[in-house]
Amino acid sequence: MNSTYVKESLKAFGAASAVALGMALPAVADGHGGKVKIGLITTLTGGGAGLGVDIRDGFLLGVKQSENDGLEVIVEDDQRKPDIAVQLADKMIQSEKVDVMTGLVFSNLALAVAPATTAQGKFYISPNAGPAQLAGRGCHENYFNVAWQNDGPHEAAGATANKMGMKKAFIFAPNYPAGKDALTGFKRMFEGEIETELFTKLGQTDYAAEIAQMRASDADGIFFFAPGGMGISFLKQYADSGIDLPLVGPAFSFDQTILPAVGDAAEGVLNTAQWAPDLDNDASRAFVESFKAEYGRIPSIYAQQGFDTALLIASAAAKADVKDTDAFRTALREADFVSTRGKFRFGNNQHPIQDFWVRKVVKEGDIFTNTAVEVAIADRQDVYASECALKW
Amino acid sequence: MNMLLLIEQILNGLQFGVMLFLMAAGLTLIFGVMGLINLAHGSLYMIGAFAAAAVAGWSGSFLLALIASMAAAAMVGALIELTVIRRLYDRDHLEQVLATFALILIFSEGTRWIFGSFPLFLNIPEYLKGTVILPGGIEYSLYRLTIIGIGLAVAVGLFLLISKTRVGMRIRAGENDREMIGALGVDISVLYTLVFALGAALAGLSGALVGAIQSVEVGMGEPVLILAFVVIVIGGIGSIKGALAGALLVGLTDTLGRTMLPVVFGTFMDASSATTVGSALASMLIYILMAGVLIFKPTGLFGSS
Repeated sequence: MNSTYVKESLKAFGAASAVALGMALPAVADGHGGKVKIGLITTLTGGGAGLGVDIRDGFLLGVKQSENDGLEVIVEDDQRKPDIAVQLADKMIQSEKVDVMTGLVFSNLALAVAPATTAQGKFYISPNAGPAQLAGRGCHENYFNVAWQNDGPHEAAGATANKMGMKKAFIFAPNYPAGKDALTGFKRMFEGEIETELFTKLGQTDYAAEIAQMRASDADGIFFFAPGGMGISFLKQYADSGIDLPLVGPAFSFDQTILPAVGDAAEGVLNTAQWAPDLDNDASRAFVESFKAEYGRIPSIYAQQGFDTALLIASAAAKADVKDTDAFRTALREADFVSTRGKFRFGNNQHPIQDFWVRKVVKEGDIFTNTAVEVAIADRQDVYASECALKW
Repeated sequence: MNMLLLIEQILNGLQFGVMLFLMAAGLTLIFGVMGLINLAHGSLYMIGAFAAAAVAGWSGSFLLALIASMAAAAMVGALIELTVIRRLYDRDHLEQVLATFALILIFSEGTRWIFGSFPLFLNIPEYLKGTVILPGGIEYSLYRLTIIGIGLAVAVGLFLLISKTRVGMRIRAGENDREMIGALGVDISVLYTLVFALGAALAGLSGALVGAIQSVEVGMGEPVLILAFVVIVIGGIGSIKGALAGALLVGLTDTLGRTMLPVVFGTFMDASSATTVGSALASMLIYILMAGVLIFKPTGLFGSS
């Protein structure tokens, strides 16, 4: 290569960058927000599909309401399989060139995808799964969680169990990262004695053996974590078993995607989450109304989480160009949006510091839903934040 | 672990086994008579559950829902037999697997398209709810006892069908030598459609019975299908007796393993590790059982060599 060629190339490169910069500036300055390409991988088929469908619907509603035409969302189905999720993530990052990844429901898939995503310099913003591994030592400046750290709702359930007067608890959860976090979180806040602790199989549908053990135990209450179809199966079988012990659990077994299939078996049960459909603030009321109008059903916590995630991304896009990762990250950390939870802020590990509510399953006319009872724990920050090296 | 708990767990194992038998009986007949590996059997289970949920919601009658589940599964079974399965009899097992796997995908998407992604509501009828006290003071779910009863009745009925009726005789002959009975003038295509529809109806019944105490959702059939294959391999392909024996064995091993292993490990490990190791080992147990049976009896417990 001779020097004239190099000079010509440099000139061309200089001209091209000038044009590119010139085009980028108006995109941020026009007020509606910059362009962000978002890859949403979630579980749309198979067991747990209801959760992914709600996250997707809530997210897309949030994107629509942000009125930012530059937000482009590509949706894919991971079928609850980690290997498929990883393949889809690779395709989205390397082939579709997305800027931000989001959407995964389950913690085992999140642990497979999020670290690889952030290592490639892209943002991963979790609308659901919050495994402990990614909140503490494994935290990363490109990984944000808008829902909760997994232990949170379970800690709130532990606090609720104390208030219910439970002294000897029978506890169980499926044997996967979120299940382990569930039992850890419950035990951290529960002041009574753990009578029995069990791990069931992920996807298990027959709980007859566990119910028999409950019958033979002398526990005075049951805490369980069983998202999606697992919760439906357990609740139906428990209701038919003749055992009369009180139940408490995180909202994942009592949310809007499950209640229609469970019916009376869940009525009156207390459950914990960061939000309830009848929460007393304007943003939440507006969200529930618009979700019902758009999709014809009451939103679950998954839909609310997807919605808040979209609002977060839109708020950052309005302030910074996603290609400038440092500026975009700062904008994300500010969390300058009106959350359906009322107040919302991030801790140093980029997980929320928030209130957890106790909700009760009630029947309104023909429909089962949850109503907020009281705050279980206020301004809760996860215990792993101190292990995270991020400081800002 | 006291005696009452042990007996309750044994009953649970029996109930699980009976449910597996309903799935495995159809599968083993189809494999035995037609030499066909049918992966879509799990989808027929799902279709039975969905049909039952739909009819129960519309009519309020559980009995009607059960009948509807068998009818729907049998009709769908006959339909796919006439259109797809028929072309696979002479083909390699791998091609049968590919084609029936495609059917799984079609049925899953189709069901999602018609019924949506959220699980459906199907519940135990009022007259079967609650528990009964069995001799010995054991409190057990009436519905699960009913499932055991229905399963055993189906087993007896199938046995009588296969050994005492003309149709049964033809089925047994077909298992033995397909070409010969064709040459002897029996219309094998009608026989095959009949056997397929019968297997499908059993799968649908199983789906409906189990759907009432579990979750009626897309993809509910595949985990059961895998277990059903383990059952027919253990029991011997083509044998109803084998399907029953294999199913009860698998049901009891799985249930008792899941409950006893953590307890056994708990005697020398802390609770958390005992549960983790115990449940991990328990989920491998039925496959270890299958391997063990195959070492001593390569064609299964009641299989013909």
